[in-house]
Amino acid sequence: MDATGVESPAQDAAAVEGPAQPATPRRPLEPRSFIRPVVIAALFLFVLLALPSLFSTYYIDASTQTAIYAIVALGLGVLVGRVGMVSLGQAAVLAIGAWVAARLLFATGLPFPVVLLASGLITMVLGTLVGLPALRLSGLYLALITLMLAGAITVVLATTNFPNGGHGFLGYNGASVHIPPIRRPSIAQGDSAFFRYSVVVGALMFLLTLFHLRAKPGRAWAAIRQSESAALAAGINTTFYKLWAFALASFVTGVAGGLLAGSQHYLYSIDFQTQDSITLLAVVLMGGAYSLWGAIVAGFLLQFLPQLFTSWGISPDWLTILFGVGVLQVLTTAPRGIVDQLPKDLARLGRLLARLVRRPTPSTSGET
Amino acid sequence: MTVRFGGVTPLDKMSVSFEKGTCGLIGPNGAGKTTFFNVLSGFVKPVSGSVTAFGEDLLRMVHFRRARWGVRRTFQTEQAIEELSVFDNVAMIHEHSKLGGGSRRQEVIDAIRFVGLDVDPDTRVGGLGAGQRRMVEVARAVVGRPRLVLLDEPAAGLPDEETQHLGDVIRRIPEQTDGMTILVDHDMSLVSACCEVTAVLDFGRLLASGPTAEVLRDERVIRAYLGTEETG
Repeated sequence: MDATGVESPAQDAAAVEGPAQPATPRRPLEPRSFIRPVVIAALFLFVLLALPSLFSTYYIDASTQTAIYAIVALGLGVLVGRVGMVSLGQAAVLAIGAWVAARLLFATGLPFPVVLLASGLITMVLGTLVGLPALRLSGLYLALITLMLAGAITVVLATTNFPNGGHGFLGYNGASVHIPPIRRPSIAQGDSAFFRYSVVVGALMFLLTLFHLRAKPGRAWAAIRQSESAALAAGINTTFYKLWAFALASFVTGVAGGLLAGSQHYLYSIDFQTQDSITLLAVVLMGGAYSLWGAIVAGFLLQFLPQLFTSWGISPDWLTILFGVGVLQVLTTAPRGIVDQLPKDLARLGRLLARLVRRPTPSTSGET
Repeated sequence: MTVRFGGVTPLDKMSVSFEKGTCGLIGPNGAGKTTFFNVLSGFVKPVSGSVTAFGEDLLRMVHFRRARWGVRRTFQTEQAIEELSVFDNVAMIHEHSKLGGGSRRQEVIDAIRFVGLDVDPDTRVGGLGAGQRRMVEVARAVVGRPRLVLLDEPAAGLPDEETQHLGDVIRRIPEQTDGMTILVDHDMSLVSACCEVTAVLDFGRLLASGPTAEVLRDERVIRAYLGTEETG
């Protein structure tokens, strides 16, 4: 998982803030290209193997939700960060994925990975339909129309309810007393095992996205984001690549919906609100829409932080305010989000500390 | 051809033909130069008229297909893609316009070398200076042997030294691509250094066309640029 958005911080600073800071000479590529995959692999193995044994069930569940929502944020990050299309319908797309997966899991005995794939593909088709307005609209109007579509989907789901083992196309039986739980994969029945399962599936989704970004579609998306007419002049079929972006985002979101169905055991339409899409966009922007790491940060903000707050005795409602302030801060001072800003701030802090250590009396010149 | 936006007629029954090689297209602000480019690249549909290039009717092609056919252009405001590396910027054009059968990597490297860019191809374009970004854009315009290269004020905002380098590159484009280049610029020394023939537009009409030196001496052209005593 390489965060392509985050190159050397000095270069980014020069790009974003103009020529105020002189760009430092590029470091040689070899050591970095070697260290990075090793660090990522080590991190991945730690999360996969060690993390569940360190956490209580409460935090394992929060981690599973973090992994699932990191996938959703990944999809939205592609749309917002890479192509420049603001969709406020992704939480509804997630609900579609969860619905499809739950229906398939109740109705068929298909293996869990097959169900994930199927819910990904079906959601891909439906989610691309949600993205159709993007061919004509952009910016605020696209955001509004996708939000309205999300609202429509929420209303439909509130009427049909999520499948609970009933019969018929909807699979909902309002009269049933004993509701069977949505099944999990046979190898991941327990909470720790399902967390690991989600992390592996999530890693695959990140790799799929990374593969797209490094290849032809990623380059085409970058061109469309910068200027649509320049992209057309470069021979890019912008209609096709915009729909492709929605297809990819909807696919990974559909897969995440399948994981969500398995993780929750029971799904209720009350859990999927239209405004979730707005919160989702907020955390994606805060995490950093230009970077794949930003998606993980977004998942953490959205699903882990509330649990932390709850266990600290703070109402998670404070998060709404925190996210609001965070988005404001991102939009005004740190357009590349936390994943870009935090290392920069830490480096700044490090330099400051180093200076203090070297000269016990703090310099009056301050930070540059 | 005629182009009309509501009551404005940026191109009025304009007819012009260019030969292979590098041709200049000049005219005062608002003469219709960029509109002409927009017609060629398909962003603007003329209300009447036709564009024939190398025996084919360009107007019947959808805009994004024209790059595949061989139309390339640069924009007045440089449009190299900041998020991508120099290599990917050029490779992107190559992969969307299936011209030539050569290896992509080689042709992209050739194009970067052709414009004299002395940077690591993996450098992100967002970190480059304005002059280098212009050259990336020119590399994008020449990669993969296009048939028609449209350069819209490539020298705008560049210092003299870089403009001179740009001129050297533009002069060599015809032998690299074996096609046609049309250069729009306000820098007359650049135009006369690069183009054998030049056409002059004024208020959407063709004012003059012919060998560059003659056209630049043409009284009507000088009048269009500097104004006449009668009209002040």
